[in-house]
Amino acid sequence: MTNLPQNEANDPFVDFSDVALRYGDENGTLALSGVDLSIKKGQFAAIVGPSGCGKSSFMKLATGLCPATEGSIRVAGAPVTGPLKITGMAFQNPTLLPWRDTLRNVMLPLEIVQPHRSRLRAEYAKYVAQAKTILATVGLAGFEDKHPWMLSGGMQQRVSLCRSLIHEPQLLMLDEPFAALDAFTREELWSVLQDLWLEKQFTCILVTHDLREAAYLADVIFVMSARPGRVISTHRVDIPRPRTIESTFDPAFVEIVQKIRAEIAQVRKESKAPARPAAQEQVQ
Amino acid sequence: MKAKHRKLAEKLAPWVVIAGLFTIWQAAIFIFNPRPFILPSPALVYQSFIDYRDPIMAHALFTLTNTLIGFGLGILVGAMLGIFIGSSRLIYAGFYPLLIGINSVPKAAVVPLLVIWLGIGQPPAIATAFLLSFFPIAVNVAAGLATVEPELEDVLRSLGASKLDVLTKVSLPRSLPYFFASLKVAVTLAFVGAVISETLASNDGIGYLMLQAASQFRTSLMFAGLLVIAAMGIGTYLICAFIEVRMTGWATRKQTQVTGGG
Ligand SMILES: Nc1ncnc2c1ncn2[C@@H]1O[C@H](COP(=O)(O)OP(=O)(O)OP(=O)(O)O)[C@@H](O)[C@H]1O
Ligand SMILES: [Mg+2]
Repeated sequence: MTNLPQNEANDPFVDFSDVALRYGDENGTLALSGVDLSIKKGQFAAIVGPSGCGKSSFMKLATGLCPATEGSIRVAGAPVTGPLKITGMAFQNPTLLPWRDTLRNVMLPLEIVQPHRSRLRAEYAKYVAQAKTILATVGLAGFEDKHPWMLSGGMQQRVSLCRSLIHEPQLLMLDEPFAALDAFTREELWSVLQDLWLEKQFTCILVTHDLREAAYLADVIFVMSARPGRVISTHRVDIPRPRTIESTFDPAFVEIVQKIRAEIAQVRKESKAPARPAAQEQVQ
Repeated sequence: MKAKHRKLAEKLAPWVVIAGLFTIWQAAIFIFNPRPFILPSPALVYQSFIDYRDPIMAHALFTLTNTLIGFGLGILVGAMLGIFIGSSRLIYAGFYPLLIGINSVPKAAVVPLLVIWLGIGQPPAIATAFLLSFFPIAVNVAAGLATVEPELEDVLRSLGASKLDVLTKVSLPRSLPYFFASLKVAVTLAFVGAVISETLASNDGIGYLMLQAASQFRTSLMFAGLLVIAAMGIGTYLICAFIEVRMTGWATRKQTQVTGGG
């Protein structure tokens, strides 16, 4: 799949074993339970599952923003005990800082993450050029001095994507980064992201509701059950790179998408089944 | 064109209201004809302002100095206290009731105590101005820090940022609008504090002037003093409001093109 040496490629880069997460106290929401998965270095993984199954929670666990209630999480060979310094994350909401314009929002990681942090002042012009280039690749050239509220939702999402990439993280976490975009822009950005990934070979975890997106971008797709979420199946996508929109018409591609669609339909049905009679009772 | 007219109307509106108030005042004098020491006419007030311009201005300057020194201290202490209290949930929970308690004490009742500690004149006036003005600043800064969206903090934390980074890059910029909003309130309270103290324990300042004028039933002079305080209050308020818009335009979305500092 990836062209890394065999021994390194076999070492899991992100490794979850029997992880559970409960929000609040013992009676709080059990978001994840019994999550087992491992992602190799340089791999592109996608996570799909019904809404509310704990995908965003998974992302918070993997980056160390939130401690696991049970189980062990290892990233880059070390147990995760606090926020990691090697990640770039695009959250489900754009979460841009409203007092900063687009350019300074994108450049935020450079003010935090080493070695950029200590170089930023000396090589400011170079970094600005870099930020402008990355904004241009997502179609936002000319919006550098606009504040977030002057941008549309989709534009804000693209800025957030640029911010997650600017410092070239080893582990890129994307939580539905293309959800607020039109189909054409979205497909364009799939190709942009794939090119970046092919070039830089970082490890990437993508959460998405779009199964075509998952199959287009990922090497491996994890399907999660309804809440409390756990991985119910793993699909490898063995379609050669670089993939194009034509690849999405490939019978192998269509087959994977159909299979996952059926699985998610199944878990949604199962999770709704016991709830139905109760809901009807309330109505009557 | 229409938008331009509306903007002009907005600019003129306060002047129209003030002019209207003076008109009503003058009209009331014509209709009810009260004795001048009960309610002097605007013309009479203006006359005493002209007659006593030099002493009024000297006293006003004294009050303004005390107010601004007290206000400056209030900004310093209020902001630091606010950052301290807002920086942690536990500290916030522990100190907030105390702060409310301190603020509930009528400051006029504290002035005699301040006089024992600091003597009369300028020191207690500054202290009272300070006591009244630091509170809204501290509370607002603390509230601004305490209500920072966890999502914004997560953006920084996911990059491995230190606590200090989170404070300087997210929490402080985020609470600046609260800080500047509180300055407008605090500066007017600082005037109140300075004048209270001067009324009770001073031989200078507008407060003292008012007390003297009152003991001699020179009501028009009292009104002149009141109007001078009001004018100074409005002036300092406007300065604070101007700084607020310049610094935190992003919060009110008034600024359209100016790049803001972070
Ligand atoms: N901060 C929180 N406190 C309490 N409960 C939470 C919190 N965040 C999420 N949850 C709960 O955890 C569960 C999983 O939420 P999560 O956001 O991970 O879902 P998701 O899979 O990302 O959903 P979606 O696809 O709609 O984004 C939900 O039931 C939600 O109510
Ligand atoms: Mg989510």
